[in-house]
Amino acid sequence: MYAQMVKTDGKGIKPDAEMTPEERRFQARIDAGEKIEPKEWMPDAYRQTLIRQIGQHAHSEIVGQLPEGNWITRAPTLERKAILLAKVQDEAGHGLYLYCAAETLGVSRDELTEALLSGKMKYSSIFNYPTLTWADIGAVGWLVDGAAIMNQVPLQRTSYGPYSRAMIRICKEESFHQRQGYDIMMKMAQGTPEQKRMAQDALDRFWYPSLMMFGPSDKDSVHSAQSMAWKIKINTNDELRQKFVDQTVPQAEYLGLSIPDPDLSWNEDKGGYDFSQPDWSEFFAVLKGNGPCNRDRIEARQQAWDDGRWFRDGLSAHATKAQARRAASKVAAE
Amino acid sequence: MSSEWPLWEVFIRGQHGLNHRHVGSLHAPDAELAIRHARDVYTRRNEGVSIWVVRSADISASSPSEKGPLFEPSNDKVYRHPTFYDIPDDVGHM
Ligand SMILES: [Fe+2]
Ligand SMILES: [Fe+2]
Repeated sequence: MYAQMVKTDGKGIKPDAEMTPEERRFQARIDAGEKIEPKEWMPDAYRQTLIRQIGQHAHSEIVGQLPEGNWITRAPTLERKAILLAKVQDEAGHGLYLYCAAETLGVSRDELTEALLSGKMKYSSIFNYPTLTWADIGAVGWLVDGAAIMNQVPLQRTSYGPYSRAMIRICKEESFHQRQGYDIMMKMAQGTPEQKRMAQDALDRFWYPSLMMFGPSDKDSVHSAQSMAWKIKINTNDELRQKFVDQTVPQAEYLGLSIPDPDLSWNEDKGGYDFSQPDWSEFFAVLKGNGPCNRDRIEARQQAWDDGRWFRDGLSAHATKAQARRAASKVAAE
Repeated sequence: MSSEWPLWEVFIRGQHGLNHRHVGSLHAPDAELAIRHARDVYTRRNEGVSIWVVRSADISASSPSEKGPLFEPSNDKVYRHPTFYDIPDDVGHM
């Protein structure tokens, strides 16, 4: 998922007896399926956890443009290029919807940007892997957007109104992303032996990082228990990962590609696949900043932020002057 | 200087002649650019035929604590709904 390992402030769910009347009323509203709106009372820990979660989600959408942006100038046809541009532009939009949702909680856009650039806030580990061939663009759409959809669909029902509405907009746009990725994979898998090798290689490299997107098992996490009680997390990480594997394996079979997991097998009893866990030490290293592309990603964001400064300031100056001019001409006319 | 662009609320009228509807917000230096940004952010798939933008700071909103006094009075006025009245079937559609 795009928000991995979001910590709540508390030590888990407060027993009912320890809640203040306000907290109890708040929890009752959530249990009744009501949406919480920006100006309403909410526990501070709910607010802070949401800022972290939505902020991390927004950063992921924005940084997630970089691995795909890498191929816009080299897309194999004009049509593929137009599609990829539209897809990357959607991701920018997703980032903006989510930043706006986070801002309703009292954090400013600049604070969020600065927290990303300083490394104080994270983005999904997946975007620290490189896109080496055109087949990677197919694998990213198919697997990465596919995993994101798994996570985002249930979040449409999240308790915080602005977050839920952003998710609804995003989900409407995501299925195009996954389908265009699978479409690229089909083309490659049905192509020359060399193209098919590229498709298999892309799957080999993106399979485990995609499984990592859901985060490590959180069935015993106090943070996740609290987030689930607040309905800002709907499923456990393992549930979503299982769903993702069950959905993806037949899709890989259709392509004639093999999942790089010798222990993958159908388990009749549970009605799902058994599969190998990714290397969690790699996951933690990537989160810490030691993935293949962490430094490049933040450098690119920092450069965009710095290079854009004169432009942002120039437009602000223009707006201020134009307003002064309008005010002056109004006075002159009176 | 580097201060944030102000926040704007965006309202879009869809294809079918319905009211402008709030769709979200964005940052822009002035109204003209707010409309252009709204075009890019909120109408990439034919969502609208008209855009309104208004500075978020210029919106006055009812406060959540007034929910009761503002909206409860309409709860007990069931006679405002057509289903309050029993019209015999023989009368036909009304
Ligand atoms: Fe997205
Ligand atoms: Fe996407």
